[in-house]
Amino acid sequence: MTLIEFISNPWPWFVSGPMIAIVMFLLLWTGENFGVSSTLRSICSMSGASKHSNYFDFDWKSQTWNIIFIFGSIIGGFLASTYIQNPEPLLINNDTINDLAALGINFNGEIIPNELFNWESLLTVKGFFIIIIGGFLVGFGARWAGGCTSGHAISGLSNLQIPSLIAVVGFFIGGLIMTFLFFPLIF
Amino acid sequence: MKYIKFLFTGILFGIIMTKSEIISWFRIQEMFRFQSFHMFGIIGSAIVTGLILVQIIKRKNMKNIYGSSICINDKKLSISRYLFGGIVFGLGWALTGACPGPMYIMLGNGYAVYVTVILSALLGTFTYGVVKDKLPH
Repeated sequence: MTLIEFISNPWPWFVSGPMIAIVMFLLLWTGENFGVSSTLRSICSMSGASKHSNYFDFDWKSQTWNIIFIFGSIIGGFLASTYIQNPEPLLINNDTINDLAALGINFNGEIIPNELFNWESLLTVKGFFIIIIGGFLVGFGARWAGGCTSGHAISGLSNLQIPSLIAVVGFFIGGLIMTFLFFPLIF
Repeated sequence: MKYIKFLFTGILFGIIMTKSEIISWFRIQEMFRFQSFHMFGIIGSAIVTGLILVQIIKRKNMKNIYGSSICINDKKLSISRYLFGGIVFGLGWALTGACPGPMYIMLGNGYAVYVTVILSALLGTFTYGVVKDKLPH
């Protein structure tokens, strides 16, 4: 097996987890910190949102590094999916496949349900919820909580922050309510 | 040129997130249904590694590349903003199957429709900025 073949397989959790912590460390070492959702605020500020709220009235240029970081992550996503693409379809638990099938969401080995994530589905109720409402809630909630998975779950918990623990508990309360209460109503 | 290091760290982040399948909507559903250890293993081992790295930084008073101490700010204590904000975030996370990092990285994976997820997240952020004074923090 060549190195390329080796790294083309999905990476196990015990490789990915520590590597994410190393990304956090690299950002600290280069004078910054790990938190992706603050880029949403920066992009709003860049686009002139400070006219509407003082929340966006800050020196967004000091966050340029983070915009460059997410731009890099998009390139990383391209490189990984183009040059070290997983040769096999995605494998997930059969129970998940069955539970989702009962809701009418079909799994076909793709990483996302293509029938829901496409331009046409934006005009359907399900597509509108999963893409537009979902995105809105992520943006609103991340900024209200002052961070997302990277800022709270990884950076915050690594630094033993109680606020981050509360936020992560909130992430799961919200995710479970959506999955078990609202999914059967939406799908 | 001072930004090029962040480009490379970002590329590394995008590759890790793609190869570990964190960007997959189905993986997030598996997590919220407690039907796979994968995501819990990733988040858990990231936190354990992070804890060790942060302790090393603090105990050795490690300097960053500019020679100043690495300071990690404590977050201001409150319950409502983290709990309610967290719940709203979680509701959205289960729907989109993508937190902010994966939203961007999915674009690189060739799923252009995630532009609309990002735009919606920006609208959510904007709306938060406008109404934030009326919310408990």
